[in-house]
Amino acid sequence: MSIDKDTAAKVAKLARIRVEDDALPALAQEFNDILGFIEQLNEVDVDGIEPMTSVTPMRLKRREDVVTEGGMVDKVLSNAPDAREGFFAVPKVVE
Amino acid sequence: MTDLNKLTIAEARDALRKGDVTSLELTEACLTEIEGAGALNAFVHDTSDLAREQARAADVRIKAGDAPSLCGIPLGIKDLFCTRGVPSQAASAILEGFRPEYESTVTQNLFDAGAVMLGKLNMDEFAMGSSNETSVYGNAVNPWKVDDRQLTPGGSSGGSAAAVAADLCLAATGTDTGGSIRQPAAFTGITGIKPTYGRCSRWGIVAFASSLDQAGPMTKTVRDSAIMLQTMCGHDPKDSTSADIPVPDFEAMLTGDIKGKVIGIPREYRMDGMPAEIEKLWADGSAMLKDAGAEIRDISLPHTKYALPAYYVIAPAEASSNLARYDGVRYGHRARLEQGDGITEMYEKTRAEGFGDEVKRRVMVGTYVLSAGFYDAYYNRARKVRTLIKRDFEQVFDAGVDAILTPATPSAAFGLGEMANADPVQMYLNDVFTVTVNLAGLPGIAVPAGIDAKGLPLGLQLIGRPWEEGDLLNTAYALEQAAGFVAKPEKWW
Repeated sequence: MSIDKDTAAKVAKLARIRVEDDALPALAQEFNDILGFIEQLNEVDVDGIEPMTSVTPMRLKRREDVVTEGGMVDKVLSNAPDAREGFFAVPKVVE
Repeated sequence: MTDLNKLTIAEARDALRKGDVTSLELTEACLTEIEGAGALNAFVHDTSDLAREQARAADVRIKAGDAPSLCGIPLGIKDLFCTRGVPSQAASAILEGFRPEYESTVTQNLFDAGAVMLGKLNMDEFAMGSSNETSVYGNAVNPWKVDDRQLTPGGSSGGSAAAVAADLCLAATGTDTGGSIRQPAAFTGITGIKPTYGRCSRWGIVAFASSLDQAGPMTKTVRDSAIMLQTMCGHDPKDSTSADIPVPDFEAMLTGDIKGKVIGIPREYRMDGMPAEIEKLWADGSAMLKDAGAEIRDISLPHTKYALPAYYVIAPAEASSNLARYDGVRYGHRARLEQGDGITEMYEKTRAEGFGDEVKRRVMVGTYVLSAGFYDAYYNRARKVRTLIKRDFEQVFDAGVDAILTPATPSAAFGLGEMANADPVQMYLNDVFTVTVNLAGLPGIAVPAGIDAKGLPLGLQLIGRPWEEGDLLNTAYALEQAAGFVAKPEKWW
């Protein structure tokens, strides 16, 4: 499996990271180096093996589905690059 | 007392309790050392005012006779831990200016015990790296130096390792996703333990790969690791994977008696091209444990070879998901937008500007292996291989092995910049001996055990059964005593 420039562009788009056109060939090459390394996994016989979901056998704890903490709008917004009137502000998303 | 910054936690604790020294004196000694150690670039955010305040409060507690072991002990904190009101940016430009409104559980546990935070420590960006060369703060530098080159302290907890090795603090926190405590500990001649997955709460630690990340102490001795780990771990309802099981008194378990313990030597860890010095160190370590009364047994962990490739599917996959939160909306950096830019441009520009190259690479690899059509071929296959890697360990533990001895790293510390032209996989090979432990969720400890021909420290790794950090620390303690490693870097900074 070889990654070309177009695939690299598609992955960058999916990851929401802008990559300039002239950087794509080098990026594709790096992907190929890493994926080439990962290809070794195809040597392993994994028939009938369950994919790991939890490294230590544990049942995640349950709790009541209720509000445990809240009422701290100022703290939640204190690090926002742009916040107005108690909300996070972003560029217009609906025309 | 002189050279207070050079004390171990245990020595300082005893001196504090006897009234021979105050926490403020210890803290000032460390702050002075930090000030003179700019060349190491270990401390990246100064919290000296907070440190003095915490030290004064600790002195009051000690006088009142209410002094847990860490009360008044000055520590460095890796920048990955969120600390209330103090910059916490995981060495990334994307978290520039971020000051959390909350405290991570691990640092809260340390502060509740009276520990003092001297400052935040350098690291690889988002803990992705093995040489501390991906940090927005620039490289941390190893205090060990044998020629005109500057050496890496390892990574990702490179600042923590450099700070402890250079006696800028008594100990430091680290985190370990694929070896990020143990490899830098080995490169700088200190001790570092990654506990069993679930021992330390991950709450408030900037997430890299949630199924692999664990915090742990980086210290001057095994005893100090036992003391500090004790305080760091414990059940936390805020982390759903935090283990709700009792934490034993680790320090009390340090008897040094390992008679009858079975130590496994895995044949798959004997890599092609392994330097003779590493091979010798490993054999010497095995002989030391045998002399101490342990039984040495050859074992096989057949899927070892596939651990790194499985890791480089699973860790980037989880990272791509975890790092999706850096979108320029809630915290950190937001790119300046052009007229007509919408929200997608905001995300793409923000992330392009805020993430460094290695982080971008891993987020994109993770995105690829999780994308439609490749999920089964890469991600699910890697998770199946992970099951097999864990099973390898379970089988040797079931056969009576108490701990496994391996080298900690494939080499001693290398020069900063020396890997710049290598492909990314070459750097990943640094974690070849440590990454299996994260995939299997086991505790692992690096102990300094020797010096190479150039004069650089080398470490051995011991891997223990799940939840048996106490027994593992005791085996490490026996190894530490037998190895008698006392070398310190000569001060050049």
